[in-house]
Amino acid sequence: MRVALFLTCVNDTLYPDTGRAVVKLLTRLGVDVDFPMGQTCCGQAHYNTGYRHEAEPLARHFSDVFGEYEAIVTPSGSCGAMVRELYPRMGERARAEGRGDTLARTLAPVVPKTYELTEFLVDVLGVTDVGAYYPHTVTYHPTCHGLRSLGLGDRPRRLLQAVKGLELRELPGADECCGFGGTFAVKNPDVSAAMGADKVRNAESTGADVLCAADNSCLMHIGGTMGRLDTGMRPVHIAEILASTEEEPMS
Amino acid sequence: MSGTFVGMPVFPPPAHAAFPPPAHAAFLPPAHAAFLPPAHPAFPKAAHEAVHNTTLRGNLRHATHTIRAKRAKAVAEVSDWAALREAGKQIKDHTLRHLDGYLVRLEEAVTAAGGTVHWAADADEANRIVTELVKATGETEVVKVKSMATQEIGLNEALEAEGIHAYETDLAELIVQLGKDRPSHILVPAIHRNRGEIRDIFAREMSEWGRPAPEGLTDTPAELAEAARLHLREKFLRAKVGVSGANFMVAETGTLVVVESEGNGRMCLTLPETLISVVGIEKIVPTWQDLEVLLQTLPRSSTAERMNPYTSMWTGTTDEDGPQTFHLVLLDNGRTDTLADEVGRQALRCIRCSACLNVCPVYERAGGHAYGSVYPGPIGAILSPQLRGTASEIDASLPYASSLCGACYEVCPVAIDIPEVLVHLRERVAEGGRVTKDGNKVVLKPAKGHAAERAAMRAARWAFSHPGALRTGQRLASRTRRFQPRTLPGPGKAWSASRDLPSLPAEPFRDWWQRTHGGDRR
Ligand code: SF4
Repeated sequence: MRVALFLTCVNDTLYPDTGRAVVKLLTRLGVDVDFPMGQTCCGQAHYNTGYRHEAEPLARHFSDVFGEYEAIVTPSGSCGAMVRELYPRMGERARAEGRGDTLARTLAPVVPKTYELTEFLVDVLGVTDVGAYYPHTVTYHPTCHGLRSLGLGDRPRRLLQAVKGLELRELPGADECCGFGGTFAVKNPDVSAAMGADKVRNAESTGADVLCAADNSCLMHIGGTMGRLDTGMRPVHIAEILASTEEEPMS
Repeated sequence: MSGTFVGMPVFPPPAHAAFPPPAHAAFLPPAHAAFLPPAHPAFPKAAHEAVHNTTLRGNLRHATHTIRAKRAKAVAEVSDWAALREAGKQIKDHTLRHLDGYLVRLEEAVTAAGGTVHWAADADEANRIVTELVKATGETEVVKVKSMATQEIGLNEALEAEGIHAYETDLAELIVQLGKDRPSHILVPAIHRNRGEIRDIFAREMSEWGRPAPEGLTDTPAELAEAARLHLREKFLRAKVGVSGANFMVAETGTLVVVESEGNGRMCLTLPETLISVVGIEKIVPTWQDLEVLLQTLPRSSTAERMNPYTSMWTGTTDEDGPQTFHLVLLDNGRTDTLADEVGRQALRCIRCSACLNVCPVYERAGGHAYGSVYPGPIGAILSPQLRGTASEIDASLPYASSLCGACYEVCPVAIDIPEVLVHLRERVAEGGRVTKDGNKVVLKPAKGHAAERAAMRAARWAFSHPGALRTGQRLASRTRRFQPRTLPGPGKAWSASRDLPSLPAEPFRDWWQRTHGGDRR
């Protein structure tokens, strides 16, 4: 199976380790991974800030770059939700504005074959034990878009539970937003920071070493707050845990 | 909130005619002008205060988390919740699609039952109608059933300006009114107050308005409730005019419906000689059968009860029973304009259960007052900028008062996709576009203050449309990362004020990929 890795602009620029972990993990599971160099950004930040018309060319570009692959895998719940939930909506809006079906038809092919990483592992590859080893206590934060837009359910937790050496601790108030919300973090800094601090305090109360999530944007916010509050906890993307093995541990 | 309730007053005390009129002169400070203080600060600024108010944060956290857990339990009891939710959505959508027809049918039914229907295009007109109606009775006092519509139009203030005192009789509204405060929650307007604060307000203010609070009043719920009960009882028994809203209006029979927990509303609906109900036009449902669905979902979503304790229904007038004069004021006030917007119109499905407020992490921290409207929380963030337009600072900031986490959509019993409407309204603020105002199509310009953001978005779009440019930028950032600041200028400053910045990696992923995999295989 030949799949395209859609890494997202944030991961590409700031979190290349996550990308390397996804490649390592999928390759270990026998998947032929490609990284189309033309990829940039799904347009989510534009769309969610109210610049739908700026997001449209980015969505078209995404479809051009990824349209031919069998499957598109992304280690980001929110960018996955952008493609799956909001691309169809963009197509509908264009139609409602009397611009015809062109956008909808351009975007349609990528929508059903875009998968968030944990979804791809469990639903497409049919695995929950990916042969990982990670000797740490971990608590899992289900990000809002993964939880509510994509409906990832317990897939990430099932994957984590199967990791050797890993002890999973329940996170109190797990389904509450961490307060990132893209531009929300900048436009409403006080509320965003208060939400982040509460999330970090809840994470701390578990006594885990690591807070894990399937989205680096949320982890950037939570991790940035942890750094400021001197918790000693680390934010880690789930891909890096799942890629970790006894032979090649990721710290 | 605590389990406080006022309950039915003991009925009737023998001599009640001699209660003195209230001693206060103008009883509502201008700050109470509930719906549209145009100078209300933008959401982030108002929220800043609330976030740092520890009492408020504690009160809100306690109240919302308690009701949140209860709601989840009450909803889980119903095996067909998803179907009820879908049915509620369909009923409301159908009604909104044929709103004109159903309103005419309602008018006919109300008139046939002995009531009088008035149509009010906006707040001023509605206030004028109600004021005239009260004046015609010769009364200078009215008792009020808790109502969002009358707060939306600022009815109490309008009546006061004409020398008519309006008394709120809902316990929480009473607390807000006595405290010269503003409501901060749809269902529990005094949610931001704790029992100690309520005790102080009662002890200090009640004597100004009627029967004083008992000596040595403590903050136990039973004592607070008793004090309110006695205070309100004299109001109920003296009042000749009652003013209410309604949760629903049934088109087929012209019946209005109020659901409540305390029974005070029922007192106001049945005791006065004249009843005036001010109701938003979207509150209509075609038939009694439709009520069956919404009367199941509303109480579970709002108070986590299987059924609300009091459901009062009134249809026109009946000889020798209840009010002998009944007026219905049908309020538009921006609703038909909202109806014209195909994405935003779903906000009119709202049945004001307040479930979205109770789960909203932003509401929990910012408090209801930050929304600058009688409709706070997620529903307020999409309703107010539609009813009032996006011209003021507060209304332009409301669509951004959300992290788009989606918790509100998940709990909404009529499935309003609040995040979808928020993003839609952000577009209106950021890019402008066509809207309907006073029935006319107008083209809005983007709101002020978004020029820099728009330029940044365009630049980012350009870079993302040119992978080569993006790559150059990434490399440049990686090479200069030693010199990167720990705090950011401009809008980024808000980020680095409370969060560390991620450190830039030595090499972006795409460079690593090309180095190890030889570039694009396509
Ligand atoms: S938007 Fe939905 S959840 Fe919120 S108050 Fe209205 S009906 Fe209730």
